Amino acid sequence: MASFQSSKINPVRLHTSQIKFFLILIAMAVFMLLPLIFILFNAFKPMDELFAFPPRFLVHRPTLNNFHALFSAMTVTGVPVDRFFLNSIVTGSLTVIFTIAISVSAGYALSKKKFKLKKFLFEVNTLALMFVPIAVAIPRYIVIVQLGLIDQFVTHILPMLAMPVGLFLIKQFVDQVPDSLLEAAQIDGANDWFIIRKIIYPMAKPAIATVAILAFQAAWNSTEASSMYIDQENLRTFAFYMSTLAAPNVVAGMGMAAASALIMFVPNLIIFIIMQSQVMDTMAHSGLK
Amino acid sequence: MDTVTRSKPKAETGWFKNVVNKIKIWSAHEGDAYLLLSGYIVMFLIFIVFPVLVAILLSFTNFDAVRFPSLVGIRNYITLVTEDSVFMQYVLPNTVKFALIAGPIGYITAFLLAWMLAQIPKAYRTVLALILYSPSMTIGVAMQIVWGTIFSGNQSGYLNSILLQLELIRQPVQWLQSPDYLMIIMIIVTIWSSMGVGFLAMLAGVLNINYEVYEAGYIDGIRNRFQEIIHITIPSMKPQMLFGAVMSVVGTFQAGAIGVQLSGTNPTPRYAGQLIVNHIEDFGFIRFEMGYASAISVVLLFVIWFCSKAVWRLFGEHD
Repeated sequence: MASFQSSKINPVRLHTSQIKFFLILIAMAVFMLLPLIFILFNAFKPMDELFAFPPRFLVHRPTLNNFHALFSAMTVTGVPVDRFFLNSIVTGSLTVIFTIAISVSAGYALSKKKFKLKKFLFEVNTLALMFVPIAVAIPRYIVIVQLGLIDQFVTHILPMLAMPVGLFLIKQFVDQVPDSLLEAAQIDGANDWFIIRKIIYPMAKPAIATVAILAFQAAWNSTEASSMYIDQENLRTFAFYMSTLAAPNVVAGMGMAAASALIMFVPNLIIFIIMQSQVMDTMAHSGLK
Repeated sequence: MDTVTRSKPKAETGWFKNVVNKIKIWSAHEGDAYLLLSGYIVMFLIFIVFPVLVAILLSFTNFDAVRFPSLVGIRNYITLVTEDSVFMQYVLPNTVKFALIAGPIGYITAFLLAWMLAQIPKAYRTVLALILYSPSMTIGVAMQIVWGTIFSGNQSGYLNSILLQLELIRQPVQWLQSPDYLMIIMIIVTIWSSMGVGFLAMLAGVLNINYEVYEAGYIDGIRNRFQEIIHITIPSMKPQMLFGAVMSVVGTFQAGAIGVQLSGTNPTPRYAGQLIVNHIEDFGFIRFEMGYASAISVVLLFVIWFCSKAVWRLFGEHD
């Protein structure tokens, strides 16, 4: 049976039967990667290469000019770009921290506690997996106006915190923690707070890492709050600033736009690379029944 | 009088005590669970449940964002179906076309790629999976810049210059402003970015199937890889298939705004890339007909719900 395993699913070593898969996968990978490599090169191209005809794919004389131009730029009202960048970092980090805090305690309750509405709440959350925020942009705007959150920095963060996918993944993962372990801790007098901190957090780490990635991506890329709920320019985020550079056919900003796209992309990529094995671990428990 | 005042509080105390006791017992049993859930539930109610309810309520009103909404019954829905020719002629067909092409193709591609990745050794798989997943990290503005550069309408746009050099075209094409090409570009870009969470879930699903299941399948007469996928792989990872499908439905509808992002105008040139999401924005935030826009929102939520039900039918476990 060893040959059966080594030549089929999850093989240990390379085999000639895998060539066809490699060919297709590499072709797809090239298609996926090319647009990103365009941007990578564009970000480092000097002006004349950006507007060269015919455009060259590779960069010949790489320069950091686009990044300098981006960070020394100011908006019409005199807000420096680093301010947007700082806003994005603060928004991203706080969103991650609070999303994890509320999702882990909720996931623990949904998985291990006994209460009447348990099944109902889980089903509601599963239904909410299909929630598309953009569909209810108008009532969301009205809710935010009524709460007095217009032009408040927290408006970047609060609407992001309830993340149905996040709660779902953590709950599924906490389901794997054996009840006997929790019972033993309870007999020793541990309360919920202690159990969450000392047992759930360490054991559900992969799921938490995954939710952190998803929450960060959502917050980091979001322009929703900046364009709709915030008029004060110095409270807006980098993603929003970038969308003003990205207006189609605005050629002057092409190099800066590419540089900013790269800046948007790289943190997501790095975080994902660091945590990818944890993500795969979590996804193994992601099934919907 | 004495007796009345004395007996009355007694009865009240009894009733009150009863309730207090019940609450005490309840909170001893279940209170901590709700306390743990409270943060999530509050945010969930405010930013998910409540907006959906408000959308439903507003859809029965005429609301211009300034004056108090006035009830108009189902007039908005009637207008949507009978008078909004843009919706019936462009927006609805576009949305159906976009969802039916980009959704299934993206999903099937994600599954096939996940399956193929499972057939190669781990080190190669990790690198290739990372590359395939990376476009989904460029949601929103970054995507606009990436593809805007490629489809740029002047001669230094990548696609234009390649086609010019190959002499397939004589003049640069305004790809993103052209009603003929916008939809197909939207579909390509959406498929490009659709190897997201669902794709990773399906990859984990394929890898988690036991060898014994395959061995049993081959003993039972499975002859080739295709039969293996249909009879073993997919049935063994139905939960992940379902999760991936739900994520794909959501992702496809979420990506709906991309036509406006790429072309830079709402409405898109001759409504070529106009989807329900853009129509909502057009009426809600450009024309301030929020009641009417809410009715369109409700229709969109219903469409998404219907699609998800359909995939649930396909992959859910029926008992």
